[in-house]
Amino acid sequence: MSIDGKYGVPAVAVHTDIFHPVTQAVVRVNGMPRMRQVYVQQPIMGKTPAQLREAIDGQDLITKRPFMREVIEGLTKPLAAADTKDSSFDRSTPRFLEPDTEENLEKLFRDNFWSDMLPIVMPTEERVEAMLKGTSRKRDEMVGRMRPTNFREFWAFDVEKVAVNAVMAGARPEHFPVILAMAASGQSARGSTTSSAAAMAVVNGPIRKELDMNSGTGAMGPYNFANAVIGRAWGLLSTNLQGGSTPGLTYLGSQGNNYAYTSITYAENEERSPWEPFHVQHGFKADDSAVSLFRGCRSTAFTLGLRERFWETHVTNLLRGMDPHNPPVYVLDPITAQQFIDRGGFDTKEKLIEWTRKSAMMEMEEYWDYQLIQNYIYPRATYGEEPYASKLNVAPGTMIPMFEEDEIHVVVVGGETNGYWRIMGASYGATVSVDEWR
Amino acid sequence: MAANGKIQVFNPMGFPPKVTHKPLAPRLDTLDGKTVYLVDCRFDDSDIFLQQMQAWFADNMPSVKTVFKPISSVYTKDDPATWEEIKANGDAAIVGVGH
Repeated sequence: MSIDGKYGVPAVAVHTDIFHPVTQAVVRVNGMPRMRQVYVQQPIMGKTPAQLREAIDGQDLITKRPFMREVIEGLTKPLAAADTKDSSFDRSTPRFLEPDTEENLEKLFRDNFWSDMLPIVMPTEERVEAMLKGTSRKRDEMVGRMRPTNFREFWAFDVEKVAVNAVMAGARPEHFPVILAMAASGQSARGSTTSSAAAMAVVNGPIRKELDMNSGTGAMGPYNFANAVIGRAWGLLSTNLQGGSTPGLTYLGSQGNNYAYTSITYAENEERSPWEPFHVQHGFKADDSAVSLFRGCRSTAFTLGLRERFWETHVTNLLRGMDPHNPPVYVLDPITAQQFIDRGGFDTKEKLIEWTRKSAMMEMEEYWDYQLIQNYIYPRATYGEEPYASKLNVAPGTMIPMFEEDEIHVVVVGGETNGYWRIMGASYGATVSVDEWR
Repeated sequence: MAANGKIQVFNPMGFPPKVTHKPLAPRLDTLDGKTVYLVDCRFDDSDIFLQQMQAWFADNMPSVKTVFKPISSVYTKDDPATWEEIKANGDAAIVGVGH
């Protein structure tokens, strides 16, 4: 849109047909509803040049007219009155919905994708007022902005809007500072990515005990009220405060992701961890309360313990099974955290991270052939961005690291019923203060 | 609680930005003799697709000069350097393949 609307060069955008609704919505909210767009078959990925030429010689899959005629007319057909008509509009919404029965409102929330399809707590005035007592901040104070992906527009929100969504999730006022911190981060738990990524949140500091959060047995499962409602609130507020998470429009995850219901929210087991707490690694003091947010949660690998003879091979096998664009977060039961010290001498998280970078290696041709590496890393490498450029400028057959140290993370959680542990593929976003939102 | 068992609840949605109209660029009279940039978003084999479009122009409209131009980084980032280049050296652009 920039090249046409901002730089004054006539342009046509080519999309695949399944994205017709979303591309029409995007140009509308960007004030260019008549942007010229043409559509070919989904997918183009993996097709031969001959197959793609056939598509070009064929029809636009939306208009059913010759594809290249649409392209050429998009660049040469004079603008009509409808093209130059002012397309500005105001999307302000009322503060309250029309009164209705609870049953009808439940349906309204579901029909508008304002909920996660599970029953919600209705955000009445009384409940929202009670939630607002969980913070010293004013109800009309602006908290932040959020959007479902980089090329969508930001929506804004205040304390009251966050409280509304916290109520819907079933949270209580004491949970509200954590939920406000998550909202203020601007990190969405409902990215629109076609990859069906979910999010993860790790809580550190005294707030864990104040809220009776679980960092032990079953911490990542449905066994703790605070873990559950805080994670659910992050998902609901992301859905509604970023302008939606509606399949086909603002959510495009092809398969979806069950992790998204509560966004894998738990407390780190600081008491049983042999290492520095996660928030301290990221600039906070141990007695600060903070929440760390991750995105891109799709893959999970697991094994039991670390065997004396082949532990390095076993861990490397797990790492090698990951997509190199989805870096590892070690999610370790305290038993296994201690084993990493006993077997590998990793008496800090940083030493485990350093070992991981050196151990998870891949032949350069194989690395650069991954589709996500082609989409997101190769363009940056070709324009000289490090460390990617150095990984590209090596001889064929050279082994290169799959992940960089700043992408690799370690969290300790679990109740020591056994030494099972996981590697979650996820990207670290931010660690934000909870105390600022009390 | 409103009358007839009805309740009043808050709207959960955030505050959307106002939509501001952006005018489309004037269209060209013809593509004959013009330079058309084929801008590769570098996503899921879009380069192969646009190279086939380039071949189509060579076969069917040889008077059109085409320039295959990959964007400077990943598709999620705006690319003013590329847009400036096209504005300076080109007459039109075909951008793809979006998803």
